[in-house]
Amino acid sequence: MPVWLEIAIRVAGVFVAFLTLPLIVGQTEHKVMAHMQGRLGPMYAGRFHGWAQLIADGVKFVQKEEVVPGAADKSVFRLAPAVALVPYLVALLVIPLGPGDLVAQPLDMGLFLVLAVVGVGIVAVLMAGWASANKYTLLGALRAAAQLLAYELPFVLAAASVAMAAGTLSLTGIVEAWRPWWLLWQLPALFVFFTAGLAEIRRPPFDAPIADSELVFGYLTEYTGLRFALFLLAEYVGIVVISALTTVLFLGGWKGPFASDTLGWLWTLVKVGAVAFVIIWLRVAFPRLRVDQLQKFCWLGLVPIALLQLILTAVVKVGF
Amino acid sequence: MTVTDVLVCALGAVSLGAAIRVVTTNQIVRAGLWLVVALGALAGVYLVLTAELLAWVQVLIYVGAVVVLMLFAVMLTRAPIGRSDDLDRPRLPAILVGGGAGLGLAAVLADAYRWSYIGLSGVEPGNAEALGREVFTGWALPFEVLSVLLLAALVGAIAISRPEVGERREES
Repeated sequence: MPVWLEIAIRVAGVFVAFLTLPLIVGQTEHKVMAHMQGRLGPMYAGRFHGWAQLIADGVKFVQKEEVVPGAADKSVFRLAPAVALVPYLVALLVIPLGPGDLVAQPLDMGLFLVLAVVGVGIVAVLMAGWASANKYTLLGALRAAAQLLAYELPFVLAAASVAMAAGTLSLTGIVEAWRPWWLLWQLPALFVFFTAGLAEIRRPPFDAPIADSELVFGYLTEYTGLRFALFLLAEYVGIVVISALTTVLFLGGWKGPFASDTLGWLWTLVKVGAVAFVIIWLRVAFPRLRVDQLQKFCWLGLVPIALLQLILTAVVKVGF
Repeated sequence: MTVTDVLVCALGAVSLGAAIRVVTTNQIVRAGLWLVVALGALAGVYLVLTAELLAWVQVLIYVGAVVVLMLFAVMLTRAPIGRSDDLDRPRLPAILVGGGAGLGLAAVLADAYRWSYIGLSGVEPGNAEALGREVFTGWALPFEVLSVLLLAALVGAIAISRPEVGERREES
């Protein structure tokens, strides 16, 4: 197979995952939330249990009028959704799906790349919030920036703990070095990474930046139509990326009780789905954190736990 | 010219153009956004020159944190949409200092390397392993001194921002 064809196939594969997985997560969220709240959720679109609801939503979004506020900084306003989406697309490129070469682009420092590009998402939020020329959007953007800057620290520290344990920054290498007892050894890091990841993608209970009871819809208030849909897509791709990272770093990626070599990709997808389910579940189960509670939880809770985990990892790594 | 040369030149031109926009635009927040472009293009240059770790550190620290903090501070204080015509920006001294420093550095570098050519194939890629080895062997002392400097800056920030010891905090 010529090189360019292989690259094209890999990129196309990532693009398909980029377009389908978030929709599956979104549909699951509709149905899971509905059943947890004693409702049925979408039942009509596509006949069978409303499976085509999000496609119908997409068609609706495309038809809507594109409104740009008169006082807005128009080019920044228009650019923001793209800046929000691209980092996650890049992150998906290096996440390994299965053993061998089942990854779009194996990199020596895949972990570092993912952490770096996920951080770029903040710029998009600030752009959207500021360019909308609306005080609610600006407040939402500032809340988001404060939250993301704070949670970036435990997020990176928890990932560093796993990298130390595995002795590599390559995501494939981390999965290969992973052993089941790491579930216990890296449990605090798992908790910190998952929680900080939730805050990074601004999912409930960390959705103070878009708190609908205080800020209308935060930094997304002025967006309509396709651009709004792109921001929503970014949120659900964010869920996929955080679930996939948690799976790869802490849950052993493609390793399962049996058939890890042949059905590895299925194990990865199952684990990603399970983590995404927990993310949806948390949205239903927890009330939104206030802004000050949010900062306190990060600096007095997650950061110390992450630092202790680093010490624990170093002690076990050097001592045994 | 090889592909590497072309890429380095193109990314360098992007970085330079964006940097010029940072200091010439009249819109404060846009200046910050142009800074994102300039620093991102610089990360691209590092990446082309096989300094992978440096490139992603650049994205993580400068794009993801430093510029965001600057934008955050600007938006908290005064960030009008559109032009701000009252920007206090002395052009002549700035051109003298910035242009002089840039030209001086360029002259020193050009004189030091002349036309010496280093093929990329012979260079060890700047990955985490190579950089870690260097930092913790030959550069251990500067590394530790720098971390002391950062610690001092942290302590200083806390000392400036906290209320005086013994002073009662106003209940709001």
